[in-house]
Amino acid sequence: MTQSAREQVPRMLALVPYLRGRDGVPVEQVAKDFGVSTAQIVQDLNVLWFCGLPGAVTGEMIDVDMDALEADGVVYIDNAEFLRRPLRLTVSEALSLIVALRTLRESASAQELPTIESALAKLESAAGDGAAAAAAVQVHVEPADPEVRAAIDTALSRRRRLQLTYVVPSRDEQTERDVDPLRLLTAEGRPYLEAWCHRVEDVRLFRLDRITAAAVTDAPADPHEDVARRDLSTGLFRPGPHDVLAVLDLDLSARWVSEFYPIESANERSDGTLRVELRVSDPAWLRRLALRLGGSAKVVEPTAVAEEIVGLAQTALAAYA
Amino acid sequence: MNLVIALLVSGRYLTKDRIREVVEGYHDHTDEAFERMFERDKEELREIGISIDVGSHDRVFDDEPGYRIRRGDYELPELVFAPDETAVVGLAARVWQHARLASQASSALRKLKAAGVPVEPDAASLVEPQLAASEPSFEPLWEAVIARTPVRFGYARPGQPARERTVEPWGVLSWHGRWYLVGRDRDRADTRMFRLSRVTGSVEAAGPAGSYTVPPGTDLRALAVQLAPVEPVGTATIRVRTGTCWALRRRASSQRLGNQGWDVIEVPYAGRWGMAEEIASFAADAVVTDPPELREAVVSVLRGVVERGAA
Repeated sequence: MTQSAREQVPRMLALVPYLRGRDGVPVEQVAKDFGVSTAQIVQDLNVLWFCGLPGAVTGEMIDVDMDALEADGVVYIDNAEFLRRPLRLTVSEALSLIVALRTLRESASAQELPTIESALAKLESAAGDGAAAAAAVQVHVEPADPEVRAAIDTALSRRRRLQLTYVVPSRDEQTERDVDPLRLLTAEGRPYLEAWCHRVEDVRLFRLDRITAAAVTDAPADPHEDVARRDLSTGLFRPGPHDVLAVLDLDLSARWVSEFYPIESANERSDGTLRVELRVSDPAWLRRLALRLGGSAKVVEPTAVAEEIVGLAQTALAAYA
Repeated sequence: MNLVIALLVSGRYLTKDRIREVVEGYHDHTDEAFERMFERDKEELREIGISIDVGSHDRVFDDEPGYRIRRGDYELPELVFAPDETAVVGLAARVWQHARLASQASSALRKLKAAGVPVEPDAASLVEPQLAASEPSFEPLWEAVIARTPVRFGYARPGQPARERTVEPWGVLSWHGRWYLVGRDRDRADTRMFRLSRVTGSVEAAGPAGSYTVPPGTDLRALAVQLAPVEPVGTATIRVRTGTCWALRRRASSQRLGNQGWDVIEVPYAGRWGMAEEIASFAADAVVTDPPELREAVVSVLRGVVERGAA
């Protein structure tokens, strides 16, 4: 089957029962609901027009009102009683939706949980084999502090400003900030709050497990409708223009770094180490990483940071002398 | 399309000859061309999830098989969603950040819309999860799990050459933000967990679909916990400088605020070396007082930094 036919037949099989329940629906609405162009829907309708009962003569074919479509851009369909229900969900379709719902459930608040559970139960009952296969795919999202989560929910639903106590591990700081919450999301298995931070006057992502305290204030949150939400499809970390290029040589036991952080390049060296380059926005982060890696990695560049790191380790050792 | 309609409305088994007679598009071909088209069309329908029932209603002369689609097999069962449920289903369809899975979810959503479910996501206070799967091995392993196909793939731990593994995939699991395959490693005859990012090259079938069974009651999460233990194994007593070590303080089971710029905290930990590395990352702001083996581990990590830095 050509790629377009592979998509067209299932779409048309869904289109017929969809249209039977919606006389006179604008073709733009159909295109939107099906996630394809209006031209594609018109093309589908032209094909459907030639479909019908076996051995059909004209008049027993599916009747699409082409005049109404051309004149008013609305769709009427008739003679299609035999396709009254859409096709069952395939295993893969059911599974993709069930796993997605379970992911929602993982990070849901207590109020939302019953809704998600009941939607899941209904979907599973309709999915047949898909539901049976669903046990084979699991998504774990780290739980958030219920008090923090409840405060964020309240702030989002009442559109209030939040006062956050937030730990920034790379700088080892605990900061107080007023934020206008925009949305909650999970990425890479962890829940985050996206919010406008009044301290830095920009949008920031706050990891929920680093929020020590969250208090709902009486101040209304600004809507920030002009602010673009972050597109996370390319990952959480985005290199900035002021980032410094760091070079590290990693021993075997430190090679997890190359899997864990987005690196610019990796090259095997003859001494058995892996030389990686990565963008670092904050030298404090690099210092912490290098101290953590102990003797299993060497910071090659920037040299100034490499020297600082050795100095920090010597000072720390003095306390154990 | 016409074949679907013909097989669906018939109720009776239709023989191949009858199908050729009544279905638009089959008449004007040679026998051979018709056979080819018919076989191809049947296969295509299977691919999109339509099961064709083959049989005969003539119990006496069961000479020629007939074809039909049972309505009960074909039709999506009746589904009634409350408005708040449709909102979460709509949101769920946007969770996948993976082209193939996202399109599977949207086509599922289309069928629900066709069944009269008004799916329109609205911005509730719901978390918007993003489920990415950038590993190239994700899709073939997902398919293998669904079809229960044993697979063979190269697998390389960091710093080690890739080795071939043959696995009966039981399931895939997103754990701490990463995808894993859990299954029975045939060569090792044991349950193993594989990180998808470490799969090298392509994933090949190592046997026919459905050729093994997943042990009943297999719980992926329980296995993940078992294969990657994270339970606390000790409690560290640490002197921390006032106003520092916030990440440690967040996990402290007790905190004694002291004077002269130092506090004492107790922090449960899972692995000695992981904890030692974290404490070392705070340099002189954190000093372990107890237990001694953790003290030694921190000293060893810090010495490593000094020696390696000087080398």
